[in-house]
Amino acid sequence: MTDRFTMDEPQPRLLDETGQGVIGTPMDRPDGPQKVSGTAGYTADHPAPEGMAHGYLVRATIARGKVLKIDREGAMGLEGVLDVITDPRMTRNPAQGMAGEAPVQPADAVHYHGQPIALVVASTFEAARDAAQRLSVEYETEDAAVSPGNTRDTEVDDPETAGDFDAAWDSSEVTVDLNYTTPSHAAAAMEPHAAVAQWNGDAVELRGSLQMVRFNKKELADSLGIDASQVRILSPFVGGGFGSKLGIGPEAVAAAIASQKLGRPVRVVMTRQNVFDMILRRSETAQHVRLGATRDGRITAISHDDRVSNLDEEGFAEPVSQASQFLYGADGLSFTQTVARIAATPAGSVRAPGEAVGMVAFEAAIDELADKLGMDPLDLRLKNLPEKHPMDGRPYSARRLADCLTEGAELFGWDARWEAGSRREGDWLIGMGMSSAARSNVLVKSAARVRLTGDRAIVETDMTDIGTGSYAILNQIAAEMLGLSPDRVEVRLGDSDLPGASGSGGSFGASSAGSATFLAAKKIRAEIARKIGCSEEALTLQKGRARGDNREADLSGLVTEEIVAEAEIEGGKTAESHFSSGFGAHFAEVAVNEWTGEVRVRRMLGVMSMGRILNEKTARSQALGGMIWGIGTALTEDMQSDSRDGHVVTRDLANYHVPSHADVPGDMQVVFLEERDDWANPIQTKGIGELGISGAGAAVINAISHASGHRIYDIPALPDRVISSFGVK
Amino acid sequence: MKTTLTVNGRSHEVDHDTRRTLLDTLRDDLDLPGTKKGCDHGQCGACTVLVNGQRVNSCLCLTAMHDGDEVTTIEGIGSPERLSALQKAFVEKDGYQCGYCTPGQIMSATAMLKEMRDGAPSYVSDDLDAAELSDAEMAERMSGNLCRCSAYPLIREAIAMAAEVEK
Repeated sequence: MTDRFTMDEPQPRLLDETGQGVIGTPMDRPDGPQKVSGTAGYTADHPAPEGMAHGYLVRATIARGKVLKIDREGAMGLEGVLDVITDPRMTRNPAQGMAGEAPVQPADAVHYHGQPIALVVASTFEAARDAAQRLSVEYETEDAAVSPGNTRDTEVDDPETAGDFDAAWDSSEVTVDLNYTTPSHAAAAMEPHAAVAQWNGDAVELRGSLQMVRFNKKELADSLGIDASQVRILSPFVGGGFGSKLGIGPEAVAAAIASQKLGRPVRVVMTRQNVFDMILRRSETAQHVRLGATRDGRITAISHDDRVSNLDEEGFAEPVSQASQFLYGADGLSFTQTVARIAATPAGSVRAPGEAVGMVAFEAAIDELADKLGMDPLDLRLKNLPEKHPMDGRPYSARRLADCLTEGAELFGWDARWEAGSRREGDWLIGMGMSSAARSNVLVKSAARVRLTGDRAIVETDMTDIGTGSYAILNQIAAEMLGLSPDRVEVRLGDSDLPGASGSGGSFGASSAGSATFLAAKKIRAEIARKIGCSEEALTLQKGRARGDNREADLSGLVTEEIVAEAEIEGGKTAESHFSSGFGAHFAEVAVNEWTGEVRVRRMLGVMSMGRILNEKTARSQALGGMIWGIGTALTEDMQSDSRDGHVVTRDLANYHVPSHADVPGDMQVVFLEERDDWANPIQTKGIGELGISGAGAAVINAISHASGHRIYDIPALPDRVISSFGVK
Repeated sequence: MKTTLTVNGRSHEVDHDTRRTLLDTLRDDLDLPGTKKGCDHGQCGACTVLVNGQRVNSCLCLTAMHDGDEVTTIEGIGSPERLSALQKAFVEKDGYQCGYCTPGQIMSATAMLKEMRDGAPSYVSDDLDAAELSDAEMAERMSGNLCRCSAYPLIREAIAMAAEVEK
């Protein structure tokens, strides 16, 4: 039986009372030895099942219209080709995160350039690729707007407001009124999307590279027109996700259809170009930020409007102003979003949707307001931290933003900051910048099962580990709760036959699946207490031994028959009564070349408060990774599309520039401030994976402005933009 | 067509499509999936292996061009039970997250450390005759290996740690 728990009240800090001493420690990942030896089995790594065929996706090369004819016969004449599959069940793009249903299935309609329209299947990869590249396709084309700036099809949301922005703006003594742009971004996980499908009767087993197995199972079933009970998904190792593997993708649906038609296993691995064409991008944004303040630096008016884009029928819109709504207080706040409908690769979640680009503009505008006020940007932020959520009045559950700002400033040496544009080393102008960090925190329904026999435990959940450290932290939670050494705990993940978890997304995985694991282990603690005859409160579990009320026993002798406990958690009243978010502060020092406009990041510091840290090592890695994404956002990442047909021009890793070793300084520091969020969940944690990026790009952008004395409004700060920002000398 | 390769010390005769890359031969014909395909275009470095002791992107190599060559893959560096100093350092420093680029990083670092020992200079070397294993040298020399999880500083800490051990 599954125990169900709803987060209706703040929870006691049991993990601070247990005695094993594993929780929070910088434990090495248990899956590390597999990862460093090449034996961690990602989707396409598993030995090919007998008779496996290879599928290669074919893309549409028009922006909108219809496929009239595909030269199937011509392709079938090539050696090794088994089939050219077009099928009304094939999907035009991945499902949005947590959709739980099939993505749009366009049949012969083409909705964007790059859309998958057929799957060539052959006995070898080379034959499939060759036939796919030669495949002749006839289209009927329709006119379509492919750029957000020239479509007439726009949806303007009602403004979200608090107080009277117009009145506050009109009476503000000092104002800034600024426009920013950010381009589309690609998640660009290192492992391209892959699937291996195999049918057994009317049931399909799919090995896939997926972040949210519980939802993906339903999405695949719905796409295929079968019941979810006929689908099993296996995703034990995922080579990075960052949002791009939240929903079932075209490769998985196509592999399942092909395998069913051919009666043999089929593997479909996207090419890197497929990934850029067909996988959800982060929308480009146009942002309008207006800030008003009194002369002594009290912010009175905040408005952050944006325009993003997406393809028809996609419900997702990049929530650009998410953090702008709760970081600082004002008398009047207003936020309006416009969604432009275009025929282009659809948009969806990419790491920290909203904050990743919204905070770059918003925090740069805050910086510019500070300049205009003649205030230190740190002081302006500290002066305007609101008592409660400015939009809805909820109290913050736990917020150490002020501490992050002040401790960060001290550690970074902020007080040594010089006048903007005044420091140079040879041809290099040097500057320091900072930003607040924020990423709201949620709890998503999650179940887990824990089994204990003697002093060995197994954790089972369909949760995934996309590099985030789930294998480590779920182990640590179970080990801590059951008083076991981590090497006595095994964690099994990514199998849809296991209890359904939140999956990895929105930084909620560790808190959600971790809480479910905690609750299942807590149930086992109650059973152990009963066995030795003490109350649950009196029980201590440590080093494989149970103690309580002067009784004690070794678990190996006490638990001779397996104890199985399953628990499920979901969010409840605390989410309505309190507002939970991770907070932090980013600091960056850059050098800007006076002649070339090149920007080098010299050092960065992130100080963050994000609830209980479950594993100091993996948490640090997550935070660092996010900060480096901030460098990419600020300096290099720029997904470009052709303005005539919308095709993605930067469709590989030589043209879409993710940060490389040489872009990242060795001096990247992360500091966590101790915190417990009792209102968030029973393990007092908050999300980590996205806080690191939220605001990091702004710190770099603000540092560039400080170095040169000139502002950048079109992100990224490519060399030509930096040079033009200098103006005519 | 047929090609003879020595992989991790073992000789193999592979019967393959002329279009086959060394990467696909390793992964699909020789069941050595530790070498990863990230871009198939020589842009990400996930497929890095050693051919006759030098690091190469195996996705850019046609199998047919390597008759008689000696190839070393991540499987030839160490197993989970017997990790090399570099592999151990990656685990200890958390020089990875998702792990997909990791075999390529480790192969590349293995060769890079040898290049340093052999005295090969790089673009950032101040002294072309005596390059020191600084963070800047590592960052420059490892830039062909992308890591989207962005474990870069920790990867370099791991390499520095292993280099110390090997001294």
